[in-house]
Amino acid sequence: MDRNEPLEQIKSRRDSALKALVSGVPYMNWLGIMFDRRGDELTAVLPFDQKLIGNPALPALHGGVTAAFLEMTAIIELSWTAMWEDLESGRIAPDAAVPDSLPRLPKTIDFTVDYLRSGLPRDAYARARVVRSGRRYASVHVEAWQDNRARLFAQATGHFLMPQG
Amino acid sequence: MDDRDTQDDENRIRIAQQFIGAIPHARALGMQVDDLGPGRATISMPWAEHLVGDPRRGVVHGGVVSALMDTCCGAAVMMHPATPRSTATIDLRIDYMRAAEPGQRITAKAECYHMTRSVAFLRAVAVDEDDQNPVATATGTFTAER
Repeated sequence: MDRNEPLEQIKSRRDSALKALVSGVPYMNWLGIMFDRRGDELTAVLPFDQKLIGNPALPALHGGVTAAFLEMTAIIELSWTAMWEDLESGRIAPDAAVPDSLPRLPKTIDFTVDYLRSGLPRDAYARARVVRSGRRYASVHVEAWQDNRARLFAQATGHFLMPQG
Repeated sequence: MDDRDTQDDENRIRIAQQFIGAIPHARALGMQVDDLGPGRATISMPWAEHLVGDPRRGVVHGGVVSALMDTCCGAAVMMHPATPRSTATIDLRIDYMRAAEPGQRITAKAECYHMTRSVAFLRAVAVDEDDQNPVATATGTFTAER
């Protein structure tokens, strides 16, 4: 780490790497998922949209949208955590314009969603925690909320196969 | 007699298709009801560019498979002879066996194999055009409101 590295350079390196990671996934863009970054901490944001509704009578978010949002959050967090050292040391510089520079994403082995309450027709947020990450397999836990951080509307655990080589 | 049954089946599928068509997210994914039976549902959807999770291979994102499985399981609960008024997902686990082939339709089949007064137990399988080789399987529990 270089203590005197210019702040702008640090921010631009991290932000462009995150953008490259996220923009490489068409489905994430279609759902409208974005990521807020504070240092290495990521918060996924799913802005509300009519097409995310699964129960028009209530209305409530589609369970599949919730699952997709949580799974995407887990995959990006896992990939972000795995590439952090290489990114900070300058060994890699992912760039959205150069597809080959993007790290390969982990593959989901299984994913279990616990639906705690119905998703309201408003923005949703999620944070993932890498519980264990080995060379080959990883286990990730994700929490999602809307108005109150302590009142989760869904949580999930998943296992992932890390990209090799 | 057989004609009558076929007609009933067609009516059920038409009503279920209207039900699915009223769900904005199911419509956005182009879901189509292919078959229904007591506690059973088959729903499929086409491959599309914007649903891709791995652009290098053009493979649909796992979340899309989750949405299809969830909708299909919900439909199977609603088709149960106990006729619940409504349902919501309590828990859904998906196991991903292999990547769905780019360009091919994905079809989910769900079965409600047990129903209590308030909980429905489901299993589902998703395939692409190679229906002998599952893309994913799911097990779930759903609420059953009477």
